[in-house]
Amino acid sequence: MDYHIMRTFADSWGLVAMLAFFVAASAFAFRPGSKKLSEDAASIPLKDD
Amino acid sequence: MIFAFCGNALICTSFYVVQRTSRARLFGGDLAWFVFWGYQLFIVMAATGYLLGITESREYAEPEWYVDLWLTVVWVAYLIVFLGTIVKRKEPHIYVANWFYLSFIVTIAMLHIVNNLSMPVSFLGSKSYSAFSGVQDALTQWWYGHNAVGFFLTAGFLGMMYYFVPKQANRPVYSYRLSIIHFWALIFLYIWAGPHHLHFTALPDWAQTLGMVFSIMLWMPSWGGMINGLMTLSGAWDKLRTDPIIRMMVAAIAFYGMSTFEGPMMSIKSVNSLSHYTDWTIGHVHSGALGWNGLIAFAALYYMVPKLWARERLYSMRMVSWHFWLATLGIVVYAAVMWVAGIQQGLMWREHDEQGFLVYSFVESVAALHPYYLIRALGGALYLAGALVMAWNITMTILGYQRDEAPIGGSLPRCSLPNRSPIWP
Repeated sequence: MDYHIMRTFADSWGLVAMLAFFVAASAFAFRPGSKKLSEDAASIPLKDD
Repeated sequence: MIFAFCGNALICTSFYVVQRTSRARLFGGDLAWFVFWGYQLFIVMAATGYLLGITESREYAEPEWYVDLWLTVVWVAYLIVFLGTIVKRKEPHIYVANWFYLSFIVTIAMLHIVNNLSMPVSFLGSKSYSAFSGVQDALTQWWYGHNAVGFFLTAGFLGMMYYFVPKQANRPVYSYRLSIIHFWALIFLYIWAGPHHLHFTALPDWAQTLGMVFSIMLWMPSWGGMINGLMTLSGAWDKLRTDPIIRMMVAAIAFYGMSTFEGPMMSIKSVNSLSHYTDWTIGHVHSGALGWNGLIAFAALYYMVPKLWARERLYSMRMVSWHFWLATLGIVVYAAVMWVAGIQQGLMWREHDEQGFLVYSFVESVAALHPYYLIRALGGALYLAGALVMAWNITMTILGYQRDEAPIGGSLPRCSLPNRSPIWP
């Protein structure tokens, strides 16, 4: 794989894949029903000690 | 500062936080001790290398090949301890602070290995040469260098923020979901920002522009994180008056927001053409390192020490307040004077007469900066004085003393308001 193939891959499919991952991760964080779960997670440090 | 102070602060707080948020003891038994002593040996070898002139001449990565190999071993042990603790956790969810810490450990491993790929000249000699040459070498160096800022001094320290600010304020983080977005945005954007260190060099123009654009996009996660940290205090702002540790955290987060606003601004090519190579950059780095990293690490230490040594409270809260003012004043003086010095320096370097000749020689710009350097030394001295106050305070806390002092004023005399309605602000 030479530089140009890598470069073309990086600014096409590589970019799309990373953007898709980011959008999916963000959407997952705000999926319905996540509010309660995230509130539970936020309270983890305060549970004891 | 970065490797000895911040590195130790990161290792120390990450081990503290991961155990408490995972409800599990550290994985690997004495391996954590190996990480501690191994890292100290790395610091000693790196610091003595500076004095002896043993250097690869790579910014933030000066240690030579054998020190790099040693740090790689220590870092892998660090990853094993941290990840092992997460794997054996009793808490089903991995708290967001641990995400930041883990991303810091993994990314630093990757950056360290690639940036330090080099060939020793001889088996028993200290000298080595980089595997890369020319502009590739420069870009590898700054891909490493900027992500050392992004993952060592930002992601790792955000892990600290997401644990110690909620603990000290005794409130959960403002928005947990914002912290997840903050995490992924930071991870995806930071890694591309390095080329902004190489504006107007032999680096291809598209790569410079890419670095600039990604740097500007970093405004979003940076400010998202800052808002998340500050808003954790919403409803508890009165603590700012009574709790100097909270005050220190708020100042740290404010410096985080300020220096991550300044950074992308300086990465814009037209701004960079004035600011690059001047003391403005030095001021920017110090407002981040002393203002954000320093203050949040001090606050974490003040929180942890009484807990770790089972003391009822710190030796003195008033000394924390003194430390806060000394450090804040010190860094404000330091950063402000470096802005003025840097802009003056940049303007003097580019000043030319109508025939196109440069007006000032380099040494004239150095002489012009003399007063600024004196004020800078004053700012640094104030900051150091604050750190000495902290060292005394923490030593006395560990020894078990409590200073006899009046409590910090400004707290609401709650008992005198018996008929206060619960919804009254």
